[in-house]
Amino acid sequence: MLFCVRSFVVALHSHKLGMLRWLLGDRESQGPVEKTTVLFIGEEQPKNAYTELQVLKGHFDMVRFLVRIDDVRFASAGDDGIVLLWNVQTGERLHELRGHSQQITAITRFQKHSAESSCPMILSASSDRSVSLWDADTGNRVQTVTDLRSSVKCLLVLERLDLWLSGGNDLCVWNRNFELLCKTEDFNDAGITAMIELPKNCIAAAMDKELIIYRLTVPSSELESWEIQEVKRLIDHQDSIRALISVNDQAFASGSHVGELIVWDSLDWTIQSYERVFGDTAQADIQSEIKLLSPKQNEMSVQHLTSDGEYIVAAIGSGIYVYSLLTKNVIAYRKTAHDSDVLHTLKLPNGQLISCSEDGSVRFWMLQDLPPPAEHASSAFFGMWGFGRANKQPNQQVKKGADCLVLRSLELTGDLIGHSGAVQMFLPFNDNVLVTCSTDHLVMLWKDGDRESRLRSLDLFNKLEQNKGL
Amino acid sequence: MISSPDLVAFTEEDYFGDTYVEPNSLPEEFWLPLFPYAGNANPWSKASFAKFTKDFILISEFSEQVGPQPLLTIPDDPKAWGTFDLNYFSLRIMSVDYQTSFVGHPPGCGYPKLNFVEDSRVVLGDSKEGAFAYVHHLTLYDLEARGFVRPFCIAYISADEDKIMQQFQELSSEFTKASECLKTGNRKAFASELERKLKDLEYTRTVLHEEAELQKKENGCYATQSIEKANELANVEKSIYEHKDLLKQVTSYPNRKLKDPDFLPYEPEPLGVDQDQISGDSNPEDPLDDPSSARRPSYTPQFIKAKSTKCFDKRLKTLEELSDVYFFNQTMDQLAQIEKTFRGDLCYISTSQIDTALLKQQKITNFLFEVFRDWEEESEKPQYGQMLAPDNDNSSNPAPSNEPASLESYTSCVETVLIKMEQDISEEGQQETESSLCDITQDNSEECLEADMKDSVSSGESIEVLGSERSFPAQGSFIQSESQASLPVHYPEVVRRKEVSKRTNSEDSIEVLSTTDSITPEDLRASCPTSIYEEGPYGDSSEKHIYQSPALSQQQVDSGVKDAGGVEKEATEQADPACCIGQEGPRFEEPAPELGQECSNSGLVKVAPRSSIAEEQGPGVDDGGFASADGAPEGSPSYKLNLTYLSDEVARLDVDDFSDSTSFMSDSTSSERAASPFLSGNPITVKHKRKAGQGALRFIREYPLAQQAIFCLLSGRTLVVMGADEEKVRKLVNALIIFVPNLGKYAETVKPWLTSPFQITDLHSWKLIGLHRVASPTGSSMLFSLNRYSRYVSILDADHKTLRCPPYKGTLISKLADHWTQIKCGSTYFMHVQSMLSQLCSKAFLYTFCHHLHLPIHPGEGDASVASRRMGFLQHQLGVSGEDFKIVQFLGELIKLHYLQGPGKGGTPPVFRFDYTTSFLYKI
Repeated sequence: MLFCVRSFVVALHSHKLGMLRWLLGDRESQGPVEKTTVLFIGEEQPKNAYTELQVLKGHFDMVRFLVRIDDVRFASAGDDGIVLLWNVQTGERLHELRGHSQQITAITRFQKHSAESSCPMILSASSDRSVSLWDADTGNRVQTVTDLRSSVKCLLVLERLDLWLSGGNDLCVWNRNFELLCKTEDFNDAGITAMIELPKNCIAAAMDKELIIYRLTVPSSELESWEIQEVKRLIDHQDSIRALISVNDQAFASGSHVGELIVWDSLDWTIQSYERVFGDTAQADIQSEIKLLSPKQNEMSVQHLTSDGEYIVAAIGSGIYVYSLLTKNVIAYRKTAHDSDVLHTLKLPNGQLISCSEDGSVRFWMLQDLPPPAEHASSAFFGMWGFGRANKQPNQQVKKGADCLVLRSLELTGDLIGHSGAVQMFLPFNDNVLVTCSTDHLVMLWKDGDRESRLRSLDLFNKLEQNKGL
Repeated sequence: MISSPDLVAFTEEDYFGDTYVEPNSLPEEFWLPLFPYAGNANPWSKASFAKFTKDFILISEFSEQVGPQPLLTIPDDPKAWGTFDLNYFSLRIMSVDYQTSFVGHPPGCGYPKLNFVEDSRVVLGDSKEGAFAYVHHLTLYDLEARGFVRPFCIAYISADEDKIMQQFQELSSEFTKASECLKTGNRKAFASELERKLKDLEYTRTVLHEEAELQKKENGCYATQSIEKANELANVEKSIYEHKDLLKQVTSYPNRKLKDPDFLPYEPEPLGVDQDQISGDSNPEDPLDDPSSARRPSYTPQFIKAKSTKCFDKRLKTLEELSDVYFFNQTMDQLAQIEKTFRGDLCYISTSQIDTALLKQQKITNFLFEVFRDWEEESEKPQYGQMLAPDNDNSSNPAPSNEPASLESYTSCVETVLIKMEQDISEEGQQETESSLCDITQDNSEECLEADMKDSVSSGESIEVLGSERSFPAQGSFIQSESQASLPVHYPEVVRRKEVSKRTNSEDSIEVLSTTDSITPEDLRASCPTSIYEEGPYGDSSEKHIYQSPALSQQQVDSGVKDAGGVEKEATEQADPACCIGQEGPRFEEPAPELGQECSNSGLVKVAPRSSIAEEQGPGVDDGGFASADGAPEGSPSYKLNLTYLSDEVARLDVDDFSDSTSFMSDSTSSERAASPFLSGNPITVKHKRKAGQGALRFIREYPLAQQAIFCLLSGRTLVVMGADEEKVRKLVNALIIFVPNLGKYAETVKPWLTSPFQITDLHSWKLIGLHRVASPTGSSMLFSLNRYSRYVSILDADHKTLRCPPYKGTLISKLADHWTQIKCGSTYFMHVQSMLSQLCSKAFLYTFCHHLHLPIHPGEGDASVASRRMGFLQHQLGVSGEDFKIVQFLGELIKLHYLQGPGKGGTPPVFRFDYTTSFLYKI
């Protein structure tokens, strides 16, 4: 954490020096804001609709997780061990789920399917080696299991089987009533950090450099018991796996600490595609740059992967890379999308990308087709958002050198600045509502000011009608 | 919002819509032409010759031992009343107490009856002293006092008669509350005293009984000693019986009173009081239980010797001892509050009352720019309009002929002791006869009046209007242009009354000498015709003229010398702390035709140091354009504070200096004015705001970029004033405070001085921040936060005079903050800002509550068409264009939130709205 803050400050130092110098009263530098190599969008953001901000206070420590419950509710959890349920429309705190004595390590939604209705539940795991199930409507703890052999690092809910799996130093399979169905043997030194569900009752679990495929045997009769078996170990990653996602029915993807992105076949667990971001996709000039800067490993680490089935968005270091499953290459990227590590990304159906970073900001990107090479000097295009040419140069060089492999560009359309610590996660809701959580203990609601204003007007006139006039 | 004094007359007329016949309130011309010496005399101060500088509250007692005596004043500061003779005035106000009725053994009743007398409310004036008073008489019970009652009065003394008259209702209700509080405490104390006395008596009875038994045994039943003892015993028994009855009466009082619909049982406000006191009071039906039970164990009964109560050398209880401590303190607090509330010029009190009343009606928007007043918490007071209307009628239609002569004679029986000197004044035989005639009628009318008074006692609410003194000033400006000859026509009933002496023989033969001393205009006219003749209606003393005459005529110039003499004389009077009664003697003994001469003959110091100070200050601070014609030094500093003509430098002078250096009434009103405009609000904040008006004016003059800064504040963008010097930053922040809309009751919107980095949550509520620029690690981290949130804030650099903020292209603020403004005075500018802001509020209100501007008219309508309709409305209907739209929008959002969350509640924190716009750097 200390490191994050420091790097954030350093980043600020470098790229907004001009403004700072003005603030400090240095009259010399009161010119136009200096453009440095890092992206700076400026204050004019016509495409940024988030013009209203609500700060939700309640956590006492870093907030790391946001879970959507339904269209109006979400849960936030973090290092203080409290899970808070919020109404996204009003910002009202609905429930305070207290029970964990230590930080929350994993949290997920658990839809309880009963005969008459399905009420949303929250499944939370904590460092205190317990897992709890909470009723989101009442805020009561429905189930809990304590004194596990190790703390749970990840949770996976298999809704169609009405099961949930916990991953830590072992992999356990539980039913809805918190009865342990089966478990794997202990892994001595490493634990499972991520799990995804694969077809045919298979589960992929990431453990250090390896991906382990388990098969869950569903009992066909009452007498038989549940069984989980290791089927295969994939040892293609050269460093520990940081991200594991399922892309679609046919593929899943994993990213490692050294910037490897491997797309796997979901059925036969073979490599569909292997991308070493800095080695393969990036061109020689970038590599030389890396050598010059002698980058930390961190700069290439795949922090987060996300996919909409067509593209995989990888947060690598402080950059964002968009990988197309169709063309099997990186179609667009920004090496320094943020001043610090990107922690979470998301691609929206409309082509918009959202990323959040340790630098405390959330940025919005638009995937745009690059203009044809002949017009690459079109200053109008680049000038539109106020980017310096410096930002564009690697991009264009890449494009030339990579034989138009990079077809599209990521254009910054806006950013949200409000958190004073790393933005750990964000959660979009309908109608331009975005929830962000951060290490500064805050949860923020970003809203469309115009829409909120309209809603308030509606409330106002309703109340006016109720009161029968002023 | 409308606080300009010369606007008041028009406002009032508009407000009440009635025909406004009062000549001095609404002349055909504007106000000021009537006062060519506007620089010289404070046109709003009619009685500038009063010997006290400020209004004050006086509590007096009609002591059965020493007669009327002043007990205490509020504020308890000798400066408050200056050279004003409290003893003399106490005598006057106590002698009109018609409330005291017979207490004791009424005929046909064996036991003493307590009379629960209603308080009486009287306005009376002492024109000689230039003092007018609202007098509230009340009676407290004291077991040791004659008839068990101690008459007291609380008087609000002011030099401004109109103020007393117009504020009568308010004064009356406030004083009633205070009096009710005091009386509740008194009943409590009285009851416990009775209990103690009963204990004593019972103990005495036991002792006597034992003695009697003893004597019976020793001497037999028919020995004289035994009979004496038996008689004594019987007396004690009777006394016990009487006291028990008294106790019953006093404890049952609240019960009886509760049936009276007019009765307001005093409910204490819990301000810093210990709980038992409240609980003790919350049970007024049984006021004895807690204090007496507390005292009971510690009290040892004493043997009472017969007739011990009849002693006259005994010490009477003080006022504090007469009442329960808590109630006494509560009363004093209330009175201090009353004094504060009514401080200042009548104009401002009235205006602020209208202000408050109007603002109260603007429930939706008043929170935005007004000092927070707990509108909702305030109990339902009668609307000011209703309260003012009858008062206004009184003062605006004073038609002298309507004033019954009896009222005047009633005033006339307000006494002075010096009979002999009155004789000396009347040197003209004709008038003597006239007056002697009058004396006869006076006696009759007095009798009539007494009957009248009885009636009014029973009603308990009657306003006693002083005929002579009341009608004159009301006619003031009107009369001035009248010729001398017309006066008798106008005042047929004005007759000289003097030396009507009344001797009141009380049971205990304490003599109260009553003498009238009201001099009618005729006297003055006769004695110094040239200078005084216009002054007739104003009253009785010659020196009044120079302060009050706003005359434009040559006579004024002619009489300049005399005026000056008068001033000197006035000054001597003021310089002399001695009793006025004594001083009047030598003055009037000389039948001098010329006042100036008279003055020099008086042999006293001619020029008081105070007035000379005033004289020196006079021309120096004068605005120039209003040079006084006669150079009379009187009232010199006052007009300089006249708001509209003030230059900044003068306004900046500490007004207290003036009031300290001179005791002229006019000064005091002007010094009061500084604080008075917003009396009803929180005085500190309001003063703050007014000062801010001055600062704001300086700011917009000094900074051409002021418009952008003000735009930021009005559109809800936080403005950070950054500087190394705390004082400088604070000054700037204070100057800008008046432009910051309130967000509601969530938090402070202004942070005048911040030395640590701020967070995004701070920006929610803080809309104006003074930030310390330091070259330390904290300083740099602060700058980082400033840098980080630079899109949400505008930064005004106080050291380099730069402003980083979005551009502003609108028309609204250029009107609000014109760099080249001609307004020179801070408070004027503040009023200008207030009126502009209230305009803005009304626009925002319209904008917010127009349904079709925010929501589609029919279901299919899209947002775009609503938005275009909105813009059209703003541009064409409200005349709001460009960036001004953002201001209206922001205020509209605040109004919405305020309305939705309703009053009273804290609610959720305000939403934080912002725009993504480019900021530019503005330099001077």
